[in-house]
Amino acid sequence: MSVNRVLFDPPGPRGRRRIRIIATIVVVMAMGLVALALQRFAASGQLAPGRWQPFTHWPYLRFLWEGLRGTLGATAVAALFSFPLGAGVAVLRLSRNPTLRRLAAGYVELFRSLPLLLLIFAFLLALPPLGLNLPIFWKLVVPIVMVNVAVLAEVFRAGIRALDRGQFEAAAAIGLTHWQSMRIVVLPQAIRMMAPALVAQLVSLLKDSTLGYVVSYPELMKQANSLTVYTHLLVQTFLIVACIYVAINLLLSQLAHWLERRSQRRPRAARPVPARADVQVDAQAPTPQLVH
Amino acid sequence: MNIVLSHFGDLLGGFWVTIELTLLGFAGSVVLGTILAVCRVVPITPLRVIGASYVEFFRNIPLLTLMFLFIFGLPDIGITYSLFASAAICLALSGAAFTCEAIRSGINTVPVGQAEAARAIGLTFTQSLRCVILPQAFRSMVQPLVNVFIGVALSSSLAAAVAVNDLTNRTQQLNLEYAEAVAAFLVAGALYLVLSLGGAGAGAWFERRLAIQR
Repeated sequence: MSVNRVLFDPPGPRGRRRIRIIATIVVVMAMGLVALALQRFAASGQLAPGRWQPFTHWPYLRFLWEGLRGTLGATAVAALFSFPLGAGVAVLRLSRNPTLRRLAAGYVELFRSLPLLLLIFAFLLALPPLGLNLPIFWKLVVPIVMVNVAVLAEVFRAGIRALDRGQFEAAAAIGLTHWQSMRIVVLPQAIRMMAPALVAQLVSLLKDSTLGYVVSYPELMKQANSLTVYTHLLVQTFLIVACIYVAINLLLSQLAHWLERRSQRRPRAARPVPARADVQVDAQAPTPQLVH
Repeated sequence: MNIVLSHFGDLLGGFWVTIELTLLGFAGSVVLGTILAVCRVVPITPLRVIGASYVEFFRNIPLLTLMFLFIFGLPDIGITYSLFASAAICLALSGAAFTCEAIRSGINTVPVGQAEAARAIGLTFTQSLRCVILPQAFRSMVQPLVNVFIGVALSSSLAAAVAVNDLTNRTQQLNLEYAEAVAAFLVAGALYLVLSLGGAGAGAWFERRLAIQR
């Protein structure tokens, strides 16, 4: 139950009337804005059927479809590498060896503070002269993995920390070593609990793959851009591409929500890490402090 | 190395553009995000729907796609901004969605009992928000807002992909001209590190200041 439901009494007749009036005004204004935008589009001839027709033809669609395949491929491969590696870094960060711990913490801090595009440029421009010339696909995927391992390590760490300490203690009590209890007892539970946050992280991986445009890897953005060079249908192409991205990401977010709701039904030792960890990845986010 | 040193001013100029983009984008997203957060909690359904759809759309669209739409698409319908302004507006638009969620989840971390207690002693809606809920909510908002700030700072590098002359872009140009690759990237990386760690440090300081001393 959230706070904002107790902040005001249920509105009386006058309040309800006021709410209805404001709601009407808002709806009218919103419709006005949409009409204005449509009129703007129409006035510059962007709504003409001829400008949208190409997108009903298979060759155009196939061009975009190939881009989408590239996007999904890059996302999947990046996810395949960054999830296990992220878990690994998180475990190292929680290990008992101070050197390993510091190394992992340094990695996370460093790669959470570097922009992905800079790393991609480094792989594109700085490393080939030094003899490290990866294929284009890996020039995109390796930097994405490097950055997302750092982010995912924080998500995993938050999940492991959220697990009841008793799980660790019980594992130690039956004679498991630190690594064994991590592997057999803690991680399986933590991962189940973190499933929503991990699925939500796929959204950001998918968004990162748009940078394939920079390395000329044929993903959706690059293909769309190449398409506009021939057709000059800029608004139309990018609107369609935007809708494709939003649709896929909405599906992923819905999956995350569903997993979150499902996991809340079962009794458990600790609460699930909220989905959308890209806003709150920090495990040390303070619990609200209250005056007692 | 010499080339990087002699062009250090150039890189610093780019760093300044990055800082400007970050600050403008963050300020814009805080203002817009607050308005959106208010929209999402008032008991007026159309406003809630608008707030929710805004957040869902802008959280899920890749920033690069948004920038392309803004910079290459909008001129076709007769709306043109400068590259820098477009990049800043796009950063603010997408940052606002995340800020809105940070503020909303901050408000939701305050236990319901606090709101009930405030109502029970006869505070009105505004009073209980102003005196009881928000002061407590702010504390748990600092960390998520710092994350938004760092996110905006790092995404501002995408402006380089649409030819804004920021730090990433200048580093890349320096490379194309002189092939002084490694040093230039190290310097640029260090500058970004300064920006995000600076943001995190400021956030931590702010959080300590806001913490209740017991």
